[in-house]
Amino acid sequence: MTMKALFCATALAAVLAAPALAADLTVGFSQIGSESGWRAAETSVTKIEAEKRGIDLKIADAQQKQENQLKAVRSFIAQGVDAIFIAPVVATGWDNVLEEAKDAEIPVILLDRTIDTADDSLYLTAVTSDTVHEGRVAGEWLAKTVGDKDCSIVELQGTVGSSPAINRKKGFDEAIASHANLKIIRTQTGDFTRTKGKEVMESFIKAENGGKNICALYAHNDDMAVGAIQAIKEAGLKPGTDILVVSIDAVPDIFKAIADGEANATVELTPNMAGPAFDALIAFRDAGTKPPKWIQTESKLYTAADDPAGEYEARKNLGY
Amino acid sequence: MPIRLPRAGTAQIAAFLAILAINWMVSPQFFDIRLQDGRLFGSIIDVFNRGAPVALLAIGMVLVIATRGIDLSVGAVMAIAGAIAASLADSQPVWVCLAAALAAGAVCGLWNGLLVAIFGIQPIVATLILMVAGRGIAQLITEGRIVTFASPDLAALGGGALLGVPMPVVLTAIALIVTLALVRGTALGLMIEATGANARASRLAGIDTTAMTVAVYVWCGICAALAGVVAAADIRGADANNAGLWLELDAILAVVIGGTSLFGGRFSIPLAVVGALIIQAMNTGILLSGYRPELNLVVKAMVVLAVLLIQSPRLADIRAYLSPRRARS
Repeated sequence: MTMKALFCATALAAVLAAPALAADLTVGFSQIGSESGWRAAETSVTKIEAEKRGIDLKIADAQQKQENQLKAVRSFIAQGVDAIFIAPVVATGWDNVLEEAKDAEIPVILLDRTIDTADDSLYLTAVTSDTVHEGRVAGEWLAKTVGDKDCSIVELQGTVGSSPAINRKKGFDEAIASHANLKIIRTQTGDFTRTKGKEVMESFIKAENGGKNICALYAHNDDMAVGAIQAIKEAGLKPGTDILVVSIDAVPDIFKAIADGEANATVELTPNMAGPAFDALIAFRDAGTKPPKWIQTESKLYTAADDPAGEYEARKNLGY
Repeated sequence: MPIRLPRAGTAQIAAFLAILAINWMVSPQFFDIRLQDGRLFGSIIDVFNRGAPVALLAIGMVLVIATRGIDLSVGAVMAIAGAIAASLADSQPVWVCLAAALAAGAVCGLWNGLLVAIFGIQPIVATLILMVAGRGIAQLITEGRIVTFASPDLAALGGGALLGVPMPVVLTAIALIVTLALVRGTALGLMIEATGANARASRLAGIDTTAMTVAVYVWCGICAALAGVVAAADIRGADANNAGLWLELDAILAVVIGGTSLFGGRFSIPLAVVGALIIQAMNTGILLSGYRPELNLVVKAMVVLAVLLIQSPRLADIRAYLSPRRARS
């Protein structure tokens, strides 16, 4: 009885939720939840990109639980959407539900993260950034900026063991490996947070002769860099001049710092994963073009020359 | 001749000094202090400054633990208080931000206290509710983003200084003195200990144990809120996802290192603060040492184990047994 009632309610809700003017595409998006500012920005950018293309977007917030995502995907299948986007919270356990989607002939596109599966025909494509490449872009920028001068670098790592921390370190190390004048003298985790970034930078400064030995800071995300910038200022040094600051993510606050001359460069982890996904989906539907299994987003470098004040204005309302 | 147990506090203070000495060996400039923009600047200052939030949490937590309770929600309360203070900072004077944040902390504490004292829910479960829900509340306030503010007055609570002493240290000292005056200057402390040692007997003896229990949770909430404001002021922003994350565990650890039993009864507020400083001295030492970050938690665990073992009464018995001066009978 209750199951039936639930089903009726769900079906009714689905009917009521459908817009009066049927858009020509309906996409269900199972989002992870609000774990970070970047995630919130991804959700708002996805909405904007859908609106641009006249796509009807249904978003289900999974509150960081895979079981909620599985439920959301099943309800999207029941509603008969034209495509399903998933930002998977974990890598495993997707095979069953993706087979159901396949049987219903609904293409699935993965956003931002990939999954572990033996059968990669279960999804159309995955749109993600290459975190190793992000680290490499940051390292190459620093190598180019410093030139032939000796430069001692301190590194603020992300959460120990997390894949962006491992990959961003790897990419950066690769980029500076061929430059003997660049050396990482201290590396420690700042857990991707402002508070820890500030605390760790304080200790770096004290351990390296009041910060005078430090030539550059590489932070695995902007938030740690923002915290570290405060620590540098409180130590009486000028961030961006005395100590170069390069980080990754391109959140609004780092653009403010770049505009103020307190940070030098950031590598963008674009929240626009949905744009390329929609394009691939439309091309697939209209022309039958099969997209590659992996669509890599651009890891764009921003410096003071890229209108940081304008970038800040453009980004500040995206929900970061 | 039996060997006497060390006087209360000797073990903790010795451990603190030992860790400072190790830090000094790891980093020879550890005790160097200079004045930077009217604020004391040095690694030893960092220990006190960075230790302030956990010390504040420990000041509230020790009272809760003395009543045989526990408050897992303090980290979430920090996030709520920080979120409120940061959201108000650019439109309201700093005292309004502070008052609003502390009031929110008091309400959170009242909620915990009512669940425990009136509804008789076990403290660990009762406060678990707010631990989980509180972070959600904080995220609702900040709408999931990091709310930054420009107000120099609120920022001064984290980055400012009074006579060169960083504000977080000053605020912690004030909280410590006020709390000590309240519980040790009056009979309150005794009643809290009695409530924790034997609630039923205390009630029969005329102590209002319900009011006592609610009061300590409210005070714990207020202390946590103050810690949250300090943390937000420090980074000039409220990060609902990460502010105070897992700090409830550090606070409990600080209380335990301070020699207060999780079974309630006798407690020491100053030693809980020393416990918080021990934890922070260790963190600062690890950061200065330049070890690989993978080792942080292992080193921390070993030091904590050592500090707790020094305090173990069993170990004192064993030492007494092995002592050559022990009179054989």
